[in-house]
Amino acid sequence: MIDKIVLAGFGGQGVLFIGKILAYAGMLDEQEVCWIPSYGPEMRGGTANCSVIISDEAINSTVLEHADSGIVLNQPAYEKFLPFIKPGGTLVVNSSVIDTTNSRDDIEIVEVPTNEITSELGNPSLANMVCLGALLNRLTTAKLSSIEKAIDEVVAKKRPQMREVNITAVKKGMAY
Amino acid sequence: MEKVFSKTKGLTDVPFTYCPGCTHGIIHRLIAEVLEEMDLLENTIGVAPVGCSGFLLDMFSCDFVGGPHGRAQAVATGIKRAMPERTVFTYQGDGDIAAIGTSHAIHVAARGEKITSIMVNNAVFGMTGGQMAPTTIGGQVTTTSPYGRDCALAGPPIDLPKTIATLEGAVYVAAGSVDSPKNVAQTKKMIKKAFQVQQKGLGFSFVSILSTCPTNWGLSPVDSLNWLRKNMMPVYQLGELKATEEVNAL
Amino acid sequence: MRRQLLKGNEAIAEAAIRSGCKLFFGYPITPSTEIIEYLSRNLPKAGGAVLQGEDEIASINMCYGAAATGARVMTASSSPGYSLKQEGMSYLAAAELPVVVVNINRNGPGLGGLGPSQGDYFQCTKGGGHGDYRTIVLAPSKGQEMYDYTMKAFDLADKYRTPVVILADGMLGQTMEPIEFKERPSVELPEKDWVTTGCIGRPKRKISMYNLTNEAGEEISLKLQAKFNKMKDLEQQWENYCTDDAEYLLVGYGTCGRVGKSAVQLARQQGIKLGLIRPITLWPFPEKAFISLPKIKGILTVELNAGQMVEDVKLAVKCSIPVQSHTRVGGMLLSENSVLKKLAEVFQLEVRV
Repeated sequence: MIDKIVLAGFGGQGVLFIGKILAYAGMLDEQEVCWIPSYGPEMRGGTANCSVIISDEAINSTVLEHADSGIVLNQPAYEKFLPFIKPGGTLVVNSSVIDTTNSRDDIEIVEVPTNEITSELGNPSLANMVCLGALLNRLTTAKLSSIEKAIDEVVAKKRPQMREVNITAVKKGMAY
Repeated sequence: MEKVFSKTKGLTDVPFTYCPGCTHGIIHRLIAEVLEEMDLLENTIGVAPVGCSGFLLDMFSCDFVGGPHGRAQAVATGIKRAMPERTVFTYQGDGDIAAIGTSHAIHVAARGEKITSIMVNNAVFGMTGGQMAPTTIGGQVTTTSPYGRDCALAGPPIDLPKTIATLEGAVYVAAGSVDSPKNVAQTKKMIKKAFQVQQKGLGFSFVSILSTCPTNWGLSPVDSLNWLRKNMMPVYQLGELKATEEVNAL
Repeated sequence: MRRQLLKGNEAIAEAAIRSGCKLFFGYPITPSTEIIEYLSRNLPKAGGAVLQGEDEIASINMCYGAAATGARVMTASSSPGYSLKQEGMSYLAAAELPVVVVNINRNGPGLGGLGPSQGDYFQCTKGGGHGDYRTIVLAPSKGQEMYDYTMKAFDLADKYRTPVVILADGMLGQTMEPIEFKERPSVELPEKDWVTTGCIGRPKRKISMYNLTNEAGEEISLKLQAKFNKMKDLEQQWENYCTDDAEYLLVGYGTCGRVGKSAVQLARQQGIKLGLIRPITLWPFPEKAFISLPKIKGILTVELNAGQMVEDVKLAVKCSIPVQSHTRVGGMLLSENSVLKKLAEVFQLEVRV
């Protein structure tokens, strides 16, 4: 079992962060993981993206030509990574800010109205976690319990008060 | 017969390789005497330059390290950071410390690195045969300024100690000369103070010393001393250029 | 936690601390900067110190000084910075001082770009600085190897009194993978009876590297060459992957080594008997890996440069096997599919990509 996942959005939307959560989730489940940033000049402002590979076997190549699934949080990320998803794959879309007129019918596009959900949660910065929840059901290598462990490790150690709201956001996303 | 002088234990029996009339030998002796008097010979690691004095590693009886041209102060920094309890000094010509190694000269001072640097200024690159150095004075003839240093082209000479004295981490900066017994005695005091500063861990200490190069200047040893007095002394300020309150309290 | 999620650069830094590295001198440069950042946070807690030099030249020479006292010391940089260190590398080799030097290779020449590259292969394996010398070069291909090879590098440096280079492309430096913090392997190392630490209770010592006569120069050079020959004889390391029955062979290190493994898997799914040799030491180049191979019809080298290691492969097989090169330059990466496609193209094989 292997998941190759791409995550993209504006710098500051927390795409590298949910990548880290996914990688920790895989590692804490004793799987092999790679968190691959797109490093370089573009990391300063503009679109940020990273890829995560989770596998129950050793990971060899970390060079992705296509991803099994992905999350895009803004329009430029959507345009850039729409063609990047393998046929039969999944793209989770932050539909509050992304126009999906230009689309594909050979992949599943999961539209998540993050604004509605995050205003319900009272924290607009959780759009990334909501989308992570929406992706979670489509992954073969991660489940809610492993994401919870990762949140404990990455978030709750420094800011315990943020634990519940993050998990709630993920759960809300899982409804999509 | 009463013995009134004996060679310092700070020097080995390896013969000096310097030209007749060159004052490197005097400066070696002064440093070696100071290290012996302060009982530091076993505690000290010297760092040699590349240049005429690049072979002094064998002449001193303390441990010595030789590195690349101009890098002595960076090498000394590495030694001192590894062994803060040791006394570490660099011995460098003006070509070494004021040209290729200037960035290190500035930054050891800026960091207040607890080492001592001795700069020997003879206004030329000696070992390579008397080329213009940053310290060559206006009008001075060298093999790369055959018509005399043109300050409009090459700029005026650098008085490195003055520059170093502006940096906070340099707590003791002095400039001496070894052209006369009086100046030799005074320079030795400066060297001693510089090592005392290091022993107390007060900061970076720096002594610049005017020296002769009869071979490359094309003068006799005595004429060289006179040339130094007449031409170098007006350009390079002598004396203690900087001593912080803590240093003066030593 | 059994494993920690770390960037490759951080794995190197952690391994350095656990190898007993006491001093780090460096200068920030992308994509290696996490090494100095990680050590600035953590080396002081382990009783060591980090000093950010005024430049790369100062940093390598600070390493020179610290190594002269016998301390375990490291510096790290990326390509343009590694170039600046070459004077120091030559002097370290000459003065026989053990220092671990990390080069997280980015795209060049010149300022180039920040993208991953293997363009410094020649510079690292052929000497780099002036004069007749070589340095051991280790090439990790994943996070855990960044850690493991760093420990190995410190031991090799002490064993041979020599600078050892860890050469990894920027991709390996920046990628996070789970790292197991292994204990330092116990290795018997020679006593450091040459250090300049102040001559308390012993005759004075010096560390230097010049010769006043050509005769002395020859003697010193031959002594150094004998040491390099010994390394060449004893330290060649590589990984064989599916080579036992291979008819075709890939040769790749670093990121290309792991991409190569995926290419081997893809090829074998299609019935092509492909294997991989992944050099671990780039110098000494693992020539021995090519001695007892099955009947190989062709070799494809895979590199993130315009083709550098391919020359060493050709020398290793003495041109007895056709050697072709697959490369990508400029900071771009190549995929397993592109490797397979190239293999099919140059050796007239049928593949589905």
